Parts: sequence; C-alpha cells; structure tokens
Amino acid sequence: MRREPLLNALILLALLAVPLAAQALDEPFLVTLATKAAILALAGVGLNLALGLGGMVSLGHAAFFGIGGYAMAVLAAPVQAYEPLMTWPMDLPGTKSMPAIWLAAMAAGALAALVIGALSLRTGGVYFIMITLAFAQMLYYFAVSWPAYGGEDGISIYVRNGFPGLDTLDPLQFFGLCLGVLLLALGAMHLIARSRFGLALDGARQNPERVAALGLRPARLKLIAFVVSGAVTALAGALFADLNRFVSPSMLHWQTSGEIMVFVILGGAGRLFGPVAGAAIFVLLEHLLGGISDYWKLFLGLALLGIVLFARGGLIGALAGRAVAHD
Amino acid sequence: MTEPVLDVQDLHLAFGALKATDGVSLTLRRGEIHALIGPNGAGKSTLIGLIAGTLRPDAGQVRLNGRDVTGLDAAARARAGLARTFQVTTLAPELTVLQNAMLAVAGASGAPYRFLRPALSDPALVERASGYVARVGLAGRRAVRAGDLAHGERRRLDLAMALALAPRAFVLDEPMAGMGPDGAREMTVLLDLLKREAPILLVEHDMDAVFRLADRISVLVSGRIIASGPVEAVRADKEVQRAYLGEERLA
Repeated sequence: MRREPLLNALILLALLAVPLAAQALDEPFLVTLATKAAILALAGVGLNLALGLGGMVSLGHAAFFGIGGYAMAVLAAPVQAYEPLMTWPMDLPGTKSMPAIWLAAMAAGALAALVIGALSLRTGGVYFIMITLAFAQMLYYFAVSWPAYGGEDGISIYVRNGFPGLDTLDPLQFFGLCLGVLLLALGAMHLIARSRFGLALDGARQNPERVAALGLRPARLKLIAFVVSGAVTALAGALFADLNRFVSPSMLHWQTSGEIMVFVILGGAGRLFGPVAGAAIFVLLEHLLGGISDYWKLFLGLALLGIVLFARGGLIGALAGRAVAHD
Repeated sequence: MTEPVLDVQDLHLAFGALKATDGVSLTLRRGEIHALIGPNGAGKSTLIGLIAGTLRPDAGQVRLNGRDVTGLDAAARARAGLARTFQVTTLAPELTVLQNAMLAVAGASGAPYRFLRPALSDPALVERASGYVARVGLAGRRAVRAGDLAHGERRRLDLAMALALAPRAFVLDEPMAGMGPDGAREMTVLLDLLKREAPILLVEHDMDAVFRLADRISVLVSGRIIASGPVEAVRADKEVQRAYLGEERLA
C-alpha cells in the first residue's frame, strides 16, 4: 500500500534520466529544461511548506522568488562592473560565489517572509491571499522603478556565478548542482514534516482552536513555517536568476506567484514530491505545447481544473492515494 | 481550607448591550466534579471561553492554583494546567488517533520547536501518547484517522488529549452531548477516571448525568449564577426549579 515512495523515486529517476539522455543525444537545451524544472520545483517546495502543511494560501511567493533573484544581482553586478558592493559603513566587495549568494538570498527571503508573514497572518482566508498578493506587487513596482538594476528591463549577469569545484557553465554540472539543492530541501522538508514542529503545524492548519487548547500557538507555528518557506523559495529565485543569467521584475510579478502555486496544487499540496511533479509537468507542457500554440496555458488550465475537481491530492494523490500516516 | 484549584472571581463580559457574563464567581476544589448547568443562551459557552482564555473579560479574575491567569492566552493557560474539551468535538481530522494524542503530549511538554528530529517515531512520545489512547479504550484504533472515528470515539480521544496535558483542572463542555444512553454510561466511567487526575468543571445539559456525577452544582441563568451548592440543595431550590428545571420539563 506504500505507493508514494515508489512514485517519488520514479519522479526523481525521470528528472535525473532526462538530462543524462539529453546530454548523450547532444541536446543541451533539454538539460536546461530539466534544470528549470528542478529550480521551479524548489520554489514549489518552499511554498508547499506554507500552503500544504501550514494551510497558508500565499499568492505572494513571487516576492521571495524575486528577492532571491535580486539578491543574486545585487551581489554579482558590482563584480562585473568592477565596483565594490558598498563602501559605507565598510568596504565590501560583491561576490560571484554561489554559496555566499545563496546565504544572502535565503536571509533576505526569510527576513521579508518574517515581515510579510507577521502582518498577513493577522488575517485569514481571502484576506491573507490578498495581503500576500499586495506585498508582492509592492515589491514588483519597486523593482520596476529601481534604475540601478535596470528597472523594467532587468539586468543581465553575463557570467554564471561559480561553485567551488564545479564548472557551472557546463549545463549538466549546473543541473547536478540544482538537483542536489532540491534534494537537500526535500530531505529537510521530509524531516520537518515528521518532526514535532511538523506535527504541531499540521494540527494548527486543521484545527487552530484545539491546538491552542493543547498549549501550542498556531500563529507562531505558522509564522515560522512561513519564514522557512520564504527562505527556500528565495534560494530557488537565486538559482533561477543564475540559470537565466538575468533578473527582471517579472520574477516578482503576481503571475509568478500563481505559477508557483500551480506547481504545488497540480502535483499535490502537502505531498513531499507534489511540487516536483507539478513543476516538471508545467515545464514539459510549456515545452511541448508552447511550440504548437501560444495558448498552451489554456491546456494547463484545463489540466489544473481537472486535478482540482477530481483529485484533491493532486497528481501524487491521484496516483498514490491518501497519504499514509504511520503504521 | 486549601485554596481552590480554579478560582473565578466576579467575571464580566458584555457584547454590546448583552451582558453575557454578569458577575460570575465560582470555584473548583481538589477532587470534585463541579457541574455548571443552565438553559440555552444562559452564557455557558461564554463563561468557558473566559475561563479557557479564548475570550477576555471586561472585568474580573481567573486564578489557577493560586496564580492569576487572566492575562494569559489559551495556549499559555493550557500550559499552566487547564485542559478543556469542546462542545463540538474538535480534533485534527486528518491526523490519526495516535498523532492527535502525540500533538497533545508535544503541546504539554512545551517543546514544539524541534524541526529535524523525527517525532512520529520518537519512542518516548509514542509511548506516552499510546498510554493515554489506551486509557480511554482506543488502543485498537490508534492508526485510524480522527475524522473517520465514530462520534463516541471522538469524544474519548478528546478526553485522552485532555488527559495528555496532565492538567491541574479539566473544563469539559458537554461531554455527554449526542452520546445516547450507552455512550453516556461509558462517559461516566471515563469522567471518573479523569476525576482521579484532576478536578472537573463539567458543563452539561444532561440532567441525569449531572445529578449522578456532580459533587456541587452551579446554575447559570442570563449570565448570572442564581444558585450554587450540593446537588440536593440546588435541586430543591425554588428559583432554580422555576428558572431552569421547570422550563426543561415544560419543553
């Protein structure tokens, strides 16, 4: 009856096999597609903690995705312009090192999530959706009017940032790096979901009043989950910026929030590999149908409608049944 | 005389012009079941909310074991030793029986901020939670989702979760509601079990159960306690008969 782990292994295997086969067939573009799927999946993994386990329907995760992207640009742009990052209050150079960029992106994402979450979590339901959306749009318009980083046009980072011991310009190596980060995040989410915190958060989503009567604070549990969620999605944003070697306000646009949410719901909210399945299918549909018709999102919309109407657990739920709790 | 475990002093709460709680004082002493009865709309749920910390009073005080908890929220009062159950039994429906009990144990231990160590396979947590589940007779149902339980089983799980808090006082909101005669008998046994752990403030509609179980009864009408005392005295009280028991018989 434990079909979900098997299904997860198959998804992972497919994600690994496609770029390897593509490399063998000399189709580097497919490697890039798989990398994009892995990065978008990571963004979804972040949202899944808030949405799936915490029940927080955030339509503002583009904010964290974009903050991750801009964190990369802010750190890497001075290097290509041969300028320091700042001279006051201290001299600080920019950096082209991915680990440093990732740390900065996650810290910025977590901080933004702390502020946005602390204000948004005072509300619930539709108001929570609207407030998270509003915050993300505020950042979007800020980025549009921020000339230092290209405003509406965005900014290109011509050389992909480096990772010790890897040639990140090699598509397969960069894919491997992104997959590794995704796997680490999935591992962490697996542990969190089974930890005391995960149990408490799960309870807080299902029945906040009862959980409070047990001595737990639903609002605080949710805020912590929201902060972790924002940090993970920001990390995905930094990788996405590195994939494209380009950052623009579109990363912050609410359409991006919607797409991240689509990954999660399409694949299965609250299921570990839900966002991975969702993002992979999104990228696949975009590639296959995007070539045939500009209106490929119509078909995506139909698929989403079908999933929401007929399979509440998303694709993973439809294929693996209800989540198996414990023995 | 020892200090009461739960000491409610002159609580007031008004919603606009409606005085939902109008100067209520009551105590819960060690080892007793104190029943709170009253007709629909008397303000029982409001009073429970004030005691449990989901509502804040306009005036008055709630003391638990001699400590003023009036300024604490529901979670803090639970950690201070107040275990409440709900009139409409509410659990985490997607979690299993055992997981619900583990949630209560985790809440009671006050250490929910452990992010990476597995809880579901933590032997100490599982063992303690299993113990409480077994004590209410649900050992064979521990892997069932709470949402799939029968009504009576949910009530029992609710009590197991209250027990898991190892509280100083229980506040039970109509535990007999919708139980049927067999279920009510079963619940009587369970309440006896709870009573051995801590005193119970029992809000109940089922008169027979109240007269059978309670050591003391307080009668709440229109937000005020109109009578309070041993079972026989309250049953004989003319005002109570007119305000409450009479209405019940007429109804």
